[in-house]
Amino acid sequence: MDWGALHTILGGVNKHSTSIGKIWLTVLFIFRIMILVVAAERVWGDEQQDFVCNTLQPGCRNVCYDHFFPISHIRLWALQLIFVSTPALLVAMHVAYRRHEKKRQFRKGDQKCEFKDIEEIRKQRFRIEGSLWWTYTSSIFFRLVFEAVFMYAFYFMYDGFRMPRLMKCNAWPCPNTVDCFVSRPTEKTVFTIFMIAVSSICILLNVAELCYLLAKFFLRRSKNAGNSKQQPNHENKEETKQNEMNELISDSCQNTVIGFTS
Amino acid sequence: MNWAGLYTVLSGVNRHSTAIGRIWLSVIFIFRIMVLVVAAESVWGDEKSAFTCNTQQPGCNSVCYDHFFPISHIRLWALQLILVTTPALLVAMHVAYQQHQEKKLLMLRGHADAKHMEEVKKHKMRIAGSLWWTYVCSVVFRLLFEAVFMYIFYMLYPGYQMMRLVKCEAYPCPNTVDCFISRPTEKTIFTVFMLVTSSICIVLNMAELVYLVVRACARRSQHHSNPSSAKGSFYGHKHSSEYKQNEINQLLTEQDGSLKDMLRRNSGLLEKGDRCSAC
Repeated sequence: MDWGALHTILGGVNKHSTSIGKIWLTVLFIFRIMILVVAAERVWGDEQQDFVCNTLQPGCRNVCYDHFFPISHIRLWALQLIFVSTPALLVAMHVAYRRHEKKRQFRKGDQKCEFKDIEEIRKQRFRIEGSLWWTYTSSIFFRLVFEAVFMYAFYFMYDGFRMPRLMKCNAWPCPNTVDCFVSRPTEKTVFTIFMIAVSSICILLNVAELCYLLAKFFLRRSKNAGNSKQQPNHENKEETKQNEMNELISDSCQNTVIGFTS
Repeated sequence: MNWAGLYTVLSGVNRHSTAIGRIWLSVIFIFRIMVLVVAAESVWGDEKSAFTCNTQQPGCNSVCYDHFFPISHIRLWALQLILVTTPALLVAMHVAYQQHQEKKLLMLRGHADAKHMEEVKKHKMRIAGSLWWTYVCSVVFRLLFEAVFMYIFYMLYPGYQMMRLVKCEAYPCPNTVDCFISRPTEKTIFTVFMLVTSSICIVLNMAELVYLVVRACARRSQHHSNPSSAKGSFYGHKHSSEYKQNEINQLLTEQDGSLKDMLRRNSGLLEKGDRCSAC
């Protein structure tokens, strides 16, 4: 179970997303997860081995490293990416539930079936309206919250986004104050800024998607309010049609009966 | 065989689970297995090489590491995840057995064509009868394994917190020696995270157990009041739609014979897979 499996899971959700949602997912996978896996992990790979302190005191290096890096950037980003991509599963679950209901209706031989077979139900793309709209909006909201929380945690833990070259440490058992040197500080700063920038782009995309959904919702509402008298709702229309057909059939049957008896 | 292989095996079980069971499976794979693989394993990667003792005595490092870490967190979590996900295979085996029985029944009745066989393979089994008992047992075992492993964890590493410094006096270390653990804070954060997700999984399992028991009791009381309700298998379902068709046919035969033919052609009740003519 790794990033590839997450990609497979989320790829399914993509079908029911808005265009902005699809762009967001692409940015997430290409500019964040892929960069993390192919580049950032190598940069931080030797972070502890090459964290060198100017002392021979055993244990001082471990303690100083732990003091300055309570949780590594890489792990924080991995957790952030997992948490940020998971709300999309709420949408996937809701879509799966709707599909299940449609399949049940189809199997019961419901009059309202619009599909030729189960395959079509499986492939159908659901419109983002009704309860699915609420689920989708909640998922975007949670995404935003998680992104913001992790960015704040990052800023709080590392006092800004820059990786210093030298850190002064005086935690026990280090004797007095000891100079400790971080490996590849510039490269780490570059990648940190890159990841923060892409994170901000994702936040902007999420905000834009939220605004788009809200605008669509209000537009649809005003259209519905205007058309509510002229257009009965979709399901009533289907039932009316079926009733009409049944009436026609029964009329023609009566005529046939009359024809036979005469 | 790795975590991806386990994922493939368990995804099949997913279809026959309850909704809570599916949520539990997602939590296991995304918040536990995935976090273990992409994050936790690299935190514990250098746990032995970076375990430093304040001595030059050969062997002291190894002995002290072994004394304080009889089994590493990572391996404990891996074992826990494997044992916790495995009871779902009981359900998979039972479902496979039931499907085999249904296929045999189909062959006996002479409906052994590819379409019906596919239908048996694809349809979702209702969790009723003996499958209910198997499912409940699997949930109980899951709960048991989670609880046992959490207890073992607590026994081996009291307080769930990783110390920065441990004092070791095992032979061949001279007197008491200070040993320093690498990344204790990061390890504590991940230990707490895995503990929290483990508790969430326990809560989900308990909720699923309660849901299954309540559903069984509800179904039982429904059976007492209405004994002719449909059974929970593929044939139960087909039986009820055939029964409905028979009723309608009976009603129609009370009319004229030719009228019956015409109406049946135009009727809204369909055979599976037919085009919906009334739509």
